[in-house]
Amino acid sequence: MMTNPGNRLTQGQFSFLPDLTDAQITAQIKYALKHGWAIGVEYTDDPHPRNVYWEMFGMPMFDLKDPAGILMEINNCRKTFPNHYVRVTAFDSTQGWETPRMSYIVNRPKTEPGFGLVRQEGDGRRIHYTVHSYATDKPETERY
Amino acid sequence: MSVRDESENSGAAVPEDDAAVDLEAEFQDSHVQEVLDKLDRELIGLLPVKTRIREIAALLLVDRLRKRFALTAGTPTLHMSFTGNPGTGKTTVAMRMAEILHRLGYVREGHLIAVTRDDLVGQYIGHTAPKTREVIKKAMGGVLFIDEAYYLYKPENERDYGQESIEILLQVMENNREDLVVILAGYRDKMERFFLSNPGMRSRVAHHVDFPDYSPAELMAIGKLMLAEQNYRFSPEAEKAFAEYIPLRMKLGQFANARSIRNALDRARLRQANRLFAIKPKRLTKRDLMTLEATDITVSRVFQEGLADADEILRR
Repeated sequence: MMTNPGNRLTQGQFSFLPDLTDAQITAQIKYALKHGWAIGVEYTDDPHPRNVYWEMFGMPMFDLKDPAGILMEINNCRKTFPNHYVRVTAFDSTQGWETPRMSYIVNRPKTEPGFGLVRQEGDGRRIHYTVHSYATDKPETERY
Repeated sequence: MSVRDESENSGAAVPEDDAAVDLEAEFQDSHVQEVLDKLDRELIGLLPVKTRIREIAALLLVDRLRKRFALTAGTPTLHMSFTGNPGTGKTTVAMRMAEILHRLGYVREGHLIAVTRDDLVGQYIGHTAPKTREVIKKAMGGVLFIDEAYYLYKPENERDYGQESIEILLQVMENNREDLVVILAGYRDKMERFFLSNPGMRSRVAHHVDFPDYSPAELMAIGKLMLAEQNYRFSPEAEKAFAEYIPLRMKLGQFANARSIRNALDRARLRQANRLFAIKPKRLTKRDLMTLEATDITVSRVFQEGLADADEILRR
């Protein structure tokens, strides 16, 4: 049974929706800037859900007032890594939070092979389950 | 959210060709007059500059009305160059410009980021581009003010990184016209040389505004305005002394218009405080604390030796 046609990666906000348009991304960035969160653009080609630290594309952006600059940076990243996952995170530095408050994917590879279920037989024939990304069978930079 | 916006836009009917719009109402609506009035009130002289700003405001307003008839003409190029001697109010006007553009809706946020060469150009290979980009990103939605822009370009050093910064700026000035407005400022002759060697920059700057020097009467008015802002005032004799001081100071070297006046007034305040301290009167009235006397001004070296005050020379 196919529950996720196209094997779209579902991580972060809005990931069950169709891809966000630039206007929608701008609106989301505006929301983050309104709250004073620092926005970073990150990319990776290893979509495993436990791979939480993606590479940063440039510095996190502090003290910005307008979304246009961030959209410019997102488009730069898309141009550099057209076949990678790119996400935007908004970091809240207020004490008590000190964590990303938003995170959403803004670019994905053309084809996403998805994940396979791996079963491992352990002690007493007990079964351990984990997921494995088909993309990571190939070395880095050749995955998509 | 955006889906609904689009449907609303497409639903708005374009008025007929002979339908009338009210220019006056639009003008009132934008509250530009307030900013222009403030400009008149707080900036003495500078007539050509004010006229130019009015013209730009008019263009933007008419453009806004045209948009209502779906007469699109593309975003007008609003990059400007302000040339003039030191202390003629280039930064102050740039700040106002940001406000005017914001009221007319041509920049979204209306803030001003003032930078010099140091903020744009890096120190080693690969440092310049991210640094310039950082500044540009901060200025987006507002106005980027580059003071002494000609220092970006140093033809005598072919390995200078300034050129790289200029190229990034040019690209952004062309592609992100609706996102930010760049204002270049500097002394007239140096700016002219800068534009001659960077024709790309010249063609992308639509408005060249020249700031004239102030007349002695204008400088006097500026001085009084500065004092009023700090809750000081001249005694009648002091005013006479200061009126004599201005032409004397103007003849000396390194005269920086309003900035020199501010420095002179700062020194006069210093002398006033000293004078009050020296005579140690039993009771000081509010008037004593507010008033600058003639002696506070006449002891200046401009009068005594015909020299600019030492601390002013040192400060440069």
